[in-house]
This record gives sequence, C-alpha cells and structure tokens, in this order.
Amino acid sequence: MHIQEEYSERHVLSLTVSNEAGILARIAGLFTARGYNIDSLTVADITPDHAISRITIVTSGPPKVIDQIIAQLDRLVPVHKVTDLTDNGPFVERELALVKVAGVGEDRIEALRLADVFRAKVVDTTIESFIFEITGTTDKIDNFVALMRQIGLVEVGRTGVVGLIRGKEPN
Amino acid sequence: MAEKSGADILVECLIDLGVEVVFGYPGGAVLPIYDALFNHPKIRHVLVRHEQGATHMAEGYARSTGKPGVVLVTSGPGATNAVTGITDALMDSIPMVVITGQVPTQLIGTDAFQEADTVGITRHCTKHNYLVKSPNKLASVIHEAFHIATTGRPGPVVIDIPKNVQIATAPYEKPETFEHASYRPQTKADPAAIASAVEMLAAARRPIFYTGGGVINSGPEASTLLREIAALTGAPVTSTLMGLGAYPASAPQWVGMLGMHGTYEANWAMNKADLIVCVGARFDDRVTGRLDAFAPNAKKIHIDIDRSSINKTVEVDLPVIADVASALTDMIALWKDRGHKAADLSEWWARIDGWRARNCLAYPDSHEEIMPQEAIAQLYKASRSAKDVIITTEVGQHQMWAAQHFGFDEPNKWLTSGGLGTMGYGFPAAIGAQVGNPDSLVVCVAGDASIQMNIQEMGTATQYRLPVKIFILNNEYMGMVRQWQELTYESRYSNSYSDSLPDFVKLAEAYGWTGIRIEGPQELEAGIRQMIDTPGPVIVDCRVAKLSNCFPMIPSGAAHTEMLLDPSQVEGIMSDEAKALV
Ligand SMILES: Cc1ncc(C[n+]2csc(CCOP(=O)(O)OP(=O)(O)O)c2C)c(N)n1
Repeated sequence: MHIQEEYSERHVLSLTVSNEAGILARIAGLFTARGYNIDSLTVADITPDHAISRITIVTSGPPKVIDQIIAQLDRLVPVHKVTDLTDNGPFVERELALVKVAGVGEDRIEALRLADVFRAKVVDTTIESFIFEITGTTDKIDNFVALMRQIGLVEVGRTGVVGLIRGKEPN
Repeated sequence: MAEKSGADILVECLIDLGVEVVFGYPGGAVLPIYDALFNHPKIRHVLVRHEQGATHMAEGYARSTGKPGVVLVTSGPGATNAVTGITDALMDSIPMVVITGQVPTQLIGTDAFQEADTVGITRHCTKHNYLVKSPNKLASVIHEAFHIATTGRPGPVVIDIPKNVQIATAPYEKPETFEHASYRPQTKADPAAIASAVEMLAAARRPIFYTGGGVINSGPEASTLLREIAALTGAPVTSTLMGLGAYPASAPQWVGMLGMHGTYEANWAMNKADLIVCVGARFDDRVTGRLDAFAPNAKKIHIDIDRSSINKTVEVDLPVIADVASALTDMIALWKDRGHKAADLSEWWARIDGWRARNCLAYPDSHEEIMPQEAIAQLYKASRSAKDVIITTEVGQHQMWAAQHFGFDEPNKWLTSGGLGTMGYGFPAAIGAQVGNPDSLVVCVAGDASIQMNIQEMGTATQYRLPVKIFILNNEYMGMVRQWQELTYESRYSNSYSDSLPDFVKLAEAYGWTGIRIEGPQELEAGIRQMIDTPGPVIVDCRVAKLSNCFPMIPSGAAHTEMLLDPSQVEGIMSDEAKALV
C-alpha cells in the first residue's frame, strides 16, 4: 500500500487577532495539529494600543482544506477576522529579504547589475561582499536569490509575506 | 472596596455563575482554593479518587443536567491526569470548566516542583484556555470562561491559576454582561438559507433527518422542535450515537441509529435518500463509512452552529449556520407560513419498511448462555418501572449493544463517549449524572475491561452515598478489539483477553456496595430486578456469551450498502487499505 498526495494551491490569509499571550502558539499549533502547511507566517501589532495584531499566513492545500483552515482559524476565540486574500479580489503582497553576496571582479559587477534590474538596494558593503535589501513578491525574491546563488550567495534572511486587499476596503 | 484573595474571588464567581458542584482533587498548588471551599455552605465539593474521574463526572453532570461541569485539580500531575477528560469533552462538545492550580508566577519556567505547562498541554484539547497572572484579571476571565464553555458549540475551557494569584488580593465586583471582542458565535440562521432549506424539504420525495449531539446541546426545546418538524414532513429520523434520545425511539418514524453499528434501514435510507437534513451532527467517519460511496444521490442540508463542521468531510449543498433550536423554529414557522403539507412519502416508506423487515438487530437465542443483546433488552424492560433512567456506557461492544437495544425517548438520558471513545468514561459519568439527578436510576453499562479504567471511583460513590449501578457485560474479553481481530486478523487474539479479572462481587463488598453475579439466562431477569430494587450502589457481574459479535457492522473502508449482518459474512481478512483505516 502507498500513501497518496493531493493537489494543492497557494493562499495568502490575513488575520486580525487579539494581541495576547499564546496567540502565536495557538495558531501555529492549529496548523500542526490538523496537518496543514505553513509556508510563511508574519505577525506584528497594528493598533496604537497594541491590542490587535495582524498575522499573514501563506499556506497551501486543496481548496477544501483551505476552506477548513479558514473556518478553523475563525473559530479560535482570540481571532477577530480571517480574510483569504487570494480569494478576495486583487491584493498586494510583499516580502522583504536581506541577501548577502560575496564576490570580486566580474561577479561583483554582475551582482550590482542584477540588483539594479530587481530594484534591490545595497544596505551594506565591504570590498568582497554586499548585503542587498529587496522587497517584492515571493516569486521575485526567489528569482533574485536563485541568480545570486550562481554569483556567490552567502546567506539570506526573509520576513515572510504581508498582504492587504487593494482599494479602500479593510481586509 | 474591600479586597479579596484570588481564591475567594474564584469561589465568589462560581456562586455568581450558579455553580453548585465542583468535582475535584486537592494538591499543593490549589490549597488556597481548598481552604476557601472548606465547609462552604453553597458549593458542594465531590472528592474524586483520580482527576480523570473528576473530568468524566463533570461531563456526566453536564450532559444530564444541561449545566456546565466544573473541575478543580492541582498543578502538574493533577492537570495532566485531567487531559483525557478534557479532550473527551472537546470531541463531544460538553460544556466544562477546569480550574487547575499552577506554581507561583515567579517559578513558572523553572521546572519547579509539580510544574507542567498546562496551557501548552491543553491548548489544542480545549475550546479555549487561560493562564491568569493577576488577581485583578481573575473575575473577568472566570466569567468569560463560563460564557465560552456554554455558548456556541460548547466545550471545555481550562483556567490555570498560579498559587500566588490565589493568595494575592484584588477588589471583586460581579462583572456586567459583556460583549466579547472577537468571540461571537452565530446562533441565528441566514433567512435565505432557511427559505432554501424549507423548499428543499418540501420538494424531497425521499428525505431523512440525520440528527446528532448538537440537538441535545441546543437544549430540550430543540428535541421538541425536531419532533415537530418530523411530524410536519413525515420524514424518517435517524441519529448518531451522540444524538440518541433527541427523537423518541418509540416513534414510528424512528429508523434507529446510523453508522458503523447502525441499523440496516437507517444506513440504506441514507444511501438511497434524495435529501439528507443533517441536524447538529458532523459527518463523522463512524457515520459516513467510505466517503465516496456516502449518500451518493442525496442533496445535503447541514445545520450546525460551528462553521468549521461544514464541508469538513462531506460537501453539502446548503449550510445553515445556527443553533439547532433557532434554525428549526425558523424552518417550522416558514413551512407553516408557506402552507406546505407533508409530501406523499408512501413509496419511500414502503422501501424503508422493506429494509426494516430484515430485522437487522435480531440475535440468536440461547438457553445456555446469556446473549449480551438480551441482557440489554432485559435491562431496558426492567428499568421502565423507574421514574427516570439515565444510562451511561463505557466503550466497546457493550456500548454499541446498549445503543442498539435500549430505547431512548428523551434527551439527556444517554451519556456515552462518542468522539474520543474513552474507556473509563462511563462509570465516573454515571457518578456525575447521579450527583445532578439524585432521584434518577443511573446505570453504567460496562465491559469487563473498560470498568477497570476508573474503578477507583467506587470509593467516591460510597463516600457520597450515590446509588449508581454498574452493569458489566462480562465476556472476559476486550470484546470490540477481539471482534476486529476476528474480522481483520484471522482471529489472532493478540492481548485482548481479560486475564486476571477481579471478583467483582467481592470488590463490591470491599467498597461497601452490593455485588450481584448473574450466570445464566434464567437468573437474568431476577438479577436485574434486584439491582434496580437495591437502594445503594450495585455492581452486577453479568456473565455473557464470550464470543458474540456486534452486528450490523460496516467494516472500515466499506460503504453503507456493504454492511455485515451476521457472522456468516465475515471473511476474517482485509486489504491493507481497509486495515489502515481507523
Ligand atoms: C482509553 C482507551 N484505550 C483503548 C481503547 C481501545 N478499545 C476500544 S474498545 C476496547 C475493548 C473494550 O473492552 P470491554 O470494556 O471489555 O468491552 P466489550 O467490547 O467487551 O464490550 C478497547 C481496548 C479505548 N477505546 N480507550
């Protein structure tokens, strides 16, 4: 007997939650307990009184599972609202990465040239290295990192995705 | 305002919330609370023998009275011992509040004596949980916890209170009613959904109501409304294990329980229906059998207060998110408003009667041995003389036989561990039910293996003079395990024989109970009568046929239509795919 895998799609979920102890563990634990995937998770408080946080989760699964994830998140007591950005019309998603690249000579020039194409900023430099700051979609960052790998990637730090619905509506 | 200690605030809150009974067990981290409860005039404390017992007692109390069950245990081992019962309450949606002691705040995280990360451990087996780090927060948390445990889809809530918070002081005022910032369960259905539901019901020619524990959780009114809508539409009614009693088993429209050990007629009706109205049930795998063969021709309406139950395992055509009583009230009103009459379902009923004629619950007669089904049937017959009967069960064959052969006509009279299937539930649940219903006849139908899982609670029943009855169907096996081994593993009975059983009659005597042994069919009726007529607690060791199997049975991985009705259909082997299913 073999275990079969199911087709899955990527969704960006945006949650507002009460900013209380254990909230992250509650959410991360829900994903592990029910066998859902987390590709990335970001969290920060977003109100002046620090009472509410926004959590952005990138997950993947069959449509039915995505629907369950939303319902399960919505059911947690400290969760105010769950929005599936992927399913709710156009939205903006961004991720920030710091990318450290080492190289001399031709490599150095090529790194700078590519950074320019990707609109990455140099935030630190030594004779033999750069740290680039790049924002964009996950895809864009993946591509940039893949190119830098060929030149001399040392390491990467990524924030994970944040997202908002386009237009004047709240998430 | 005069300040009170955290322990006194807790007790004050419990009184304000109408709590009358707490099931608990003391220890270092809850000593201040125990001191506040010392000789308390309003709150009765039932001292258990093991914390798991306390949780199931609270469940039994809650399920039989409709009030939340309250548990009080110490930190560390006290809290971890409560985890099984908490999980059980989560799976079966039982309102329960568990108060756990914790080491003082300054010791949290230091591996202090009897420290356990109780909120961490119980995070995913509670509806919600709290660690309260200040006595100022205690009152609002306790009131909120009861609100969350008892509203929406009910469930267990844990409040972890460090010892120093129990001793430190703060002002206490009964909190005003509050709007929770984020927790607002939807209880009233969308009118458009109600309208579609009514039209679908009016148009159906082969409808069936598939009801569950949600009807019982919604309160007795929901059961009354279920009867009304069933009468208005003339549709057959089936129920899950958890929903038994919401619709009377004596009513002509009742087709019996559905699912793995459900009736032939209920499962075939589900398979051939053109409309399934699921009322407070959740398409559990024990109910659906093989998913791709489940009710292939039916449109499905799902009434549930928990949105996450919708489309979880079975995709439905119409979700109705609401409290059962509220949704049924709206549906009945609209049905009458629109002047709908019950459709002509005679063809449908003729088919159902055909399935009924298989008489699927029949069992072989025996003059030598007591058939376990017969023991339940006799218990049912004899207990009808009692004013009010509450049946609890352990887990195994006896549980299924009780569900099949005992008829329940009222809600809150049948207490069983459905979702988690917890052996050790039934006896403490019976104690809890007896505490909440002192004048009822409370019987725990048990197996010889399950009863040993919380048998220590005999002392609790003795101490509080609770006249519970334990009716053991003693087959000297973990019968349900043995049955699966017979069906799946060519009768290799690996570790399923109950060796070294105690002498249950002597055990009864040791605890000051009455012990009765029933050894043959001719002793059955008198033995049961003696049990019922004995005023105090009784253990009955009823020796039944050792190798009986529970039929009908839908083997795991099979469709409703592939039900086994008797031993001749058993092959004794299964494919790996079927073996891999639970
Ligand atoms: C705590 C726990 N452990 C194990 C099981 C698995 N299990 C299900 S039924 C059963 C046997 C029950 O035997 P018994 O109580 O004698 O009842 P019978 O089936 O013979 O009526 C077992 C071991 C369980 N349900 N719960």
